[in-house]
Amino acid sequence: MENVKVVHYLNQFFGQMGGEDKAGIPPQIKEGPVGVGQLIESESRGRFKVIHTIICGDNYAAEHLEEVESTILKWVLESRPDLFLAGPAFAAGRYGIACGTMCKAVQQKLGIPALTAMHPSNPGVDAARKEIYILEAGDSTRDMRRVIPKMVSLSQKILDKVPIGLPQEEGYFPRGIRINIRAEKRGSKRAVEMLLKKLRGEPFETELPLPEFDRVVPAPPIPDLSNAIIALVTEGGIVPKGNPDRIEAHNASKYCEYFIGDVNDLTEESYQTAHGGYDPVYANEDPDRVLPLDAARLLEKEGLFAKLCDDYYVTVGNVTAVASATRYGHEIGERLLKEGIQGVILTST
Amino acid sequence: MVKEIERVGLPAVQICAIVPIALTVGANRIVRAVAIPHPTGDPKLEKEEEIELRKKLLRTALIGLSSGIQEQTVFKSEDLPGGKK
Repeated sequence: MENVKVVHYLNQFFGQMGGEDKAGIPPQIKEGPVGVGQLIESESRGRFKVIHTIICGDNYAAEHLEEVESTILKWVLESRPDLFLAGPAFAAGRYGIACGTMCKAVQQKLGIPALTAMHPSNPGVDAARKEIYILEAGDSTRDMRRVIPKMVSLSQKILDKVPIGLPQEEGYFPRGIRINIRAEKRGSKRAVEMLLKKLRGEPFETELPLPEFDRVVPAPPIPDLSNAIIALVTEGGIVPKGNPDRIEAHNASKYCEYFIGDVNDLTEESYQTAHGGYDPVYANEDPDRVLPLDAARLLEKEGLFAKLCDDYYVTVGNVTAVASATRYGHEIGERLLKEGIQGVILTST
Repeated sequence: MVKEIERVGLPAVQICAIVPIALTVGANRIVRAVAIPHPTGDPKLEKEEEIELRKKLLRTALIGLSSGIQEQTVFKSEDLPGGKK
């Protein structure tokens, strides 16, 4: 059992520099362990020696991620540790992103094993879970005493090249790696057994869990439709002819807002689709097939609702990052709410 | 996107062809669209019929916006007044 030299990354808070007022401090390196680092040393029964602790403010790291990454890579290279640890970051988003990013960089670029821990809701999980082991932690420091031993033991397994167990056994986030194993029963048998369990209402465990998405409490309904202003939004990429703002055909970097206060019908001459993920023939022939403006105008005239919003919002929902779509949806919602809109009809392709 | 709009407190209905995806990503108010490349149209129909179809989809969507719901709900054109025939 050789000693393990560790470099440990912390934010300003756990690095004992200060709170949010110190979140702007650039990275700095200290000899020996700080705070959590001492716990890591004692948990490893003296096998781990934290030779350097790197501390960086959360805001500084979030705003200068690449610069911090290259500084840290340089320091770690000079320090030559056997292991790089970061956090735990718990539910702190900026800290989690920094921990994930730094671990990923150290492991991929320097070949030094790196590991961190954080809460499932932390955006840092998705930043690095495929590349490194991220242990699941609680949402606050209350979980420190439970998660540090896990970090130490998984680190030792990695360093000692002991086979690593499945995610649920070790407590890390699934990395999307599939391993062939020999099952006792063939697939068809397992599928039928699972189906029977499901039919009987018994508990069963899927072999292919689907990604989970969070849920939102339904917004209250429009109390009086005949007085309501309704807005149209589309992910189907309907834009004025020529795509003046150049919304990308995939992974759109923006959404746009266009005035339709004087338009009753979207025509082939004046509108088109900018979407690169579906056959554009039908949408280009009649853009109302994706953004139903003509029918909306007719219903407005019939008095089914008071008025159609003078602008519509559009982006291209085609391999667009969930984070982008989340932001666009949030910003569009905020803007419409401010404008006194009471309901939204969104079409997607 | 539709989920985030609901999150700020605005009722938002999503018209989309693949209802299971809308359910998976967490849309609360859903109306099944005609098809992926033409959610609110059908090139096989005559122009007038197509506009009627679009109006029907929008009416259904408006029902969705004015309905109080507790959980994810798929609204159908049969929910329209006089729609069940």
